[in-house]
Amino acid sequence: MVELDKENFEAEVLNAEGIVLVDFFSDGCVPCNALIPAIHGFEETYGNKIKFVSLNITKARRLAIGQKVLGLPVIAIYRGGVKVDEVVKDDATPANIEAMIKKHL
Amino acid sequence: MNMDMIYDVVILGAGPAGLAAGSYAGRARLKTLIIEKSAVGGQIAITDEIENYPGSIEHETGPSLVKRMADQAGRFGAVTAYDTVVGVELEGDVKRIRCQNGEYCAKAVIVCTGARPRQIGCPGEKELTGKGVSYCATCDAAFFEGLEVYVVGGGDAAVEEALYLAKFARGITIIHRRNALRAARSIQEKAFANEKIHFLWDTVVEELKGDGILTSMVIRNVKTGEKREVFADEEDGTFGVFVFIGFDPTSSLFEGKLEMKDGYILTDDDMKTSVPGVFAAGDIRVKSLRQVVTAAADGAIAAVQAERYIEGLS
Repeated sequence: MVELDKENFEAEVLNAEGIVLVDFFSDGCVPCNALIPAIHGFEETYGNKIKFVSLNITKARRLAIGQKVLGLPVIAIYRGGVKVDEVVKDDATPANIEAMIKKHL
Repeated sequence: MNMDMIYDVVILGAGPAGLAAGSYAGRARLKTLIIEKSAVGGQIAITDEIENYPGSIEHETGPSLVKRMADQAGRFGAVTAYDTVVGVELEGDVKRIRCQNGEYCAKAVIVCTGARPRQIGCPGEKELTGKGVSYCATCDAAFFEGLEVYVVGGGDAAVEEALYLAKFARGITIIHRRNALRAARSIQEKAFANEKIHFLWDTVVEELKGDGILTSMVIRNVKTGEKREVFADEEDGTFGVFVFIGFDPTSSLFEGKLEMKDGYILTDDDMKTSVPGVFAAGDIRVKSLRQVVTAAADGAIAAVQAERYIEGLS
C-alpha cells in the first residue's frame, strides 16, 4: 500500500483511472491502526483489480476536509477520480470493508 | 484460533475488563480466546490521558496502557481473534459464540462488551458523524486544527477531552445542559484556567445541519426556550461537535438471555450472571463506578470464578 501526501493525492487518486481504495488515517488514531492488518490482507486478495493507497490526514488536513473526510477511520472507494463509496468510523469493520470492495469490483 | 476446539474460556471484548480476565485465565492455564470487533482497548484506546489507574506511569495514555495490558494477556497465553459476534447460545455445558467468520465453543463465557458513547439523538447527528460530529477526540482532533470546536457534555470525559482538543482548535465552547460542570474539581480548574475554553450553560443541541459536512447547528437554552442557529465561520467552512454525554451498554446480544437492568447485565459479587458458566465484567455490568481499575478488578474475579466453574464441570 503506497502512502500518499498532499502533493501526489490528485495524480494518484483524483486523476487515476480505475478503482482506488483510500485508507484515511492519522498518527493518533487507534481504530485506524487496528484495521491495517485486515487492509493489507485485502490488498493481497484484491490488489490486482484495485489500487490500495493511504493518506495521513495529519499532514493533509485541508485535502481530507475537501474530500468530506472529517472523522476517522474512513476507507473510501474512488472510481475515475470520484468518491463513490465509503465506510466511516464504527462502520469501518473488516467485514464491511470487504463487502464494499466486492460491490465495486 | 481453532474453530473445532472447545475453549475453556471465551472472553467477549478486549477492553481493560477483557484483557484482565485474559491475563488471569491464561495464567491459570485455561485455553483462552478473546474476541474483539475493532481495536483492542475499548474506550481507553481512544482516551488521551489515564491519570488515575493505580501504577500508571507519568503521561500515561490510553493506548500505552492498553498495549501493556494486551501484551501481558498474550504472554500468559490468551489468544485474540478479530471478529464481530452475531449471536450467542449460552445455556448448557458448551456455549456457542457465532461470529461473522465462524463459530467458537467454550465451557465458560465472560462478557466484557462494555459501553459505547451515547448519542445526542437529534436530527442530522447520524448523517454527520465523521463529517464534523465525533465521539473520539484522539481520532479526529487533528482535523480541527485552527477551527472552532464545540464539546457537548459536562462530566469528566467532556472536560478532559475539551482540554485535549484545546491543543488543536482555535477555540472550544463547552455546551452543557446544566449551569455547572459535573467533572472532578481538579479537571474543572484546568478548564476554567484555559483561555481557549468558553462555556454555554443551560444549553442543548437540537439539530445538526450540513450537506456532506457540518456547517451549522441549532441550539436551545433550556431555561428561556430561546433557539438560535450557530453557523461555521465562512472561511473555515465547517466546525467540530464532539459529544461526551455518557455511555450506553453494548448488550443487545444478551437481551432475553441474561438478566439485565436498564440494559446493563446483573451479576453477583463473583461476576456470575443469571446463566451458569456465563460471567460479566467491566462497564457492561450493573455497578456504581465505571473506571479502568474497577473493570480490571471485575475481569480478574470473573476469570477466577470461571476457572472454578470449569473445575466443577469435570
